[in-house]
Amino acid sequence: MPQIFVTDRDGGDHTLDATSGISVMENIRDAGIDELLALCGGSCSCATCHVYVDESFQATVGAPNEDESELLDSSDHRRPNSRLSCQIVFEDALDGLRVTIAPEG
Amino acid sequence: MPTHFDVLIVGAGHGGAQAAVALRQAKFAGTIGLVGEEPEIPYERPPLSKDYLAREKTFERILIRPASFWAQRDITLLTGTRVAQVDPDALQVVTALGDEINYGQLIWAAGGHARRLSCAGQDLIGIHSVRNRADVDRMMAELPTTDRVVVIGGGYIGLEAAAVLSKLGKSVTVLEAQDRVLARVAGEPLSRFYEAEHRAHGVDIRLNAFVECIEEQNGLACGVRLAGGEILSCEMVIVGIGIVPEVGPLIQAGAEGNNGVKVDAFGRTSLPKIYAIGDCALHENAFADDRQIRLESVQNANDMASTVAKAIVGDAQPYHAVPWFWSNQYDLRLQTVGLSTGYDQTVLRGDPASRAFSVIYLKEGRVIALDCVNATKDYVQGRQLVVNGVVATAEILASAQNLKEIAALFAA
Repeated sequence: MPQIFVTDRDGGDHTLDATSGISVMENIRDAGIDELLALCGGSCSCATCHVYVDESFQATVGAPNEDESELLDSSDHRRPNSRLSCQIVFEDALDGLRVTIAPEG
Repeated sequence: MPTHFDVLIVGAGHGGAQAAVALRQAKFAGTIGLVGEEPEIPYERPPLSKDYLAREKTFERILIRPASFWAQRDITLLTGTRVAQVDPDALQVVTALGDEINYGQLIWAAGGHARRLSCAGQDLIGIHSVRNRADVDRMMAELPTTDRVVVIGGGYIGLEAAAVLSKLGKSVTVLEAQDRVLARVAGEPLSRFYEAEHRAHGVDIRLNAFVECIEEQNGLACGVRLAGGEILSCEMVIVGIGIVPEVGPLIQAGAEGNNGVKVDAFGRTSLPKIYAIGDCALHENAFADDRQIRLESVQNANDMASTVAKAIVGDAQPYHAVPWFWSNQYDLRLQTVGLSTGYDQTVLRGDPASRAFSVIYLKEGRVIALDCVNATKDYVQGRQLVVNGVVATAEILASAQNLKEIAALFAA
């Protein structure tokens, strides 16, 4: 099974068995990591599922689209590797993906 | 079943679920019981009128947390349980089945029930609300034998359902009693835009339309009779006319309130050790000029839940959260920030014909809210205008390259 490595806000590391075809947000949420609010349920209407994508995966994951990028601008913690995890559909090619949950706000 | 919880949460929607999650995140170590009337574990309601109805998402995908989560966090879920009475002196609730549950502190997050029609025929088979999973599952089960749908109520729920059903090929009519859709929540430019969009998708939008009764055939709803006598034949009626806050047991127990239960800035009701959050909580909102309002939104449920969780663990901070909201219809993504109620001026930013624009709401010259359609940049940047109550002229708001410049000017 493909895996996702998640670092939470306290620096704790989690290894998830990932499901392809659903978003990275859903994979993180379904693993019981409760820091990710994902309030709008993945419809790209808030910015509460903000993660940093490990640089080695940035090219595979790609850049945010325009709407997502605007929402990321609402965060005080945006970085070049910021993404909304609800907008990354997990697929087998992303096996081993490393993300870090961004601070709130 | 345990009969005592240090914190008992009544209502397992977004607010109740988040209250439990936030308590554990704040290292609350006591026992937590989460009581829900429905058989399901906590799930998101917004998709019920969108992706779930459209069968784009399964039920499992709209769960707020996976089933295993609740036990892992030592949160006891009591599903299929309705609280009928609250005894604030005994610190006890009584369920509809007569079971007694004692609490140390109570968080009332019971939300509301879909408001029903009051006319003849209101309880016929084929009439649906869009409030919970069972409502929508029943509706979906009837869709294969449904060609014509009449939606009563031109608010967000009704319009979202209309969008999904028309995309599914149904013939949809929306009846709105007022002279425009979304009259309660948005300004005229937004109403007219959505009316035009729905009509362009083949939805028959009827304004100033009053329902006389629901017509019956063999026990089934078969049409909607309008004042004036016209009958709109249909196989399905969807009623989206708002909710009735579920606060009966609290009010009977002596809590202040009527349309909702009154809470202070920390979510406390007038009864000791009882908090209330979410759709049913009547609170003074800084973004509504400190008027007492109820706010039916995920944002409000979530942020009030966090406020109450903090108060319970001894880190009380008053509720002060910018309201935001979203609605997806067709390929239109509406994002709202602030509360437009009480506006005295609207400014149109962008051209609705381009299907990407914003409506900015002003009150006495101050920006109080924005409705942004396919205009995420305005939504994000307009937030600061609302937070700071920026005073700006209509000309500047309409023509500025971006709203960030205006926010920056004001901050300078």
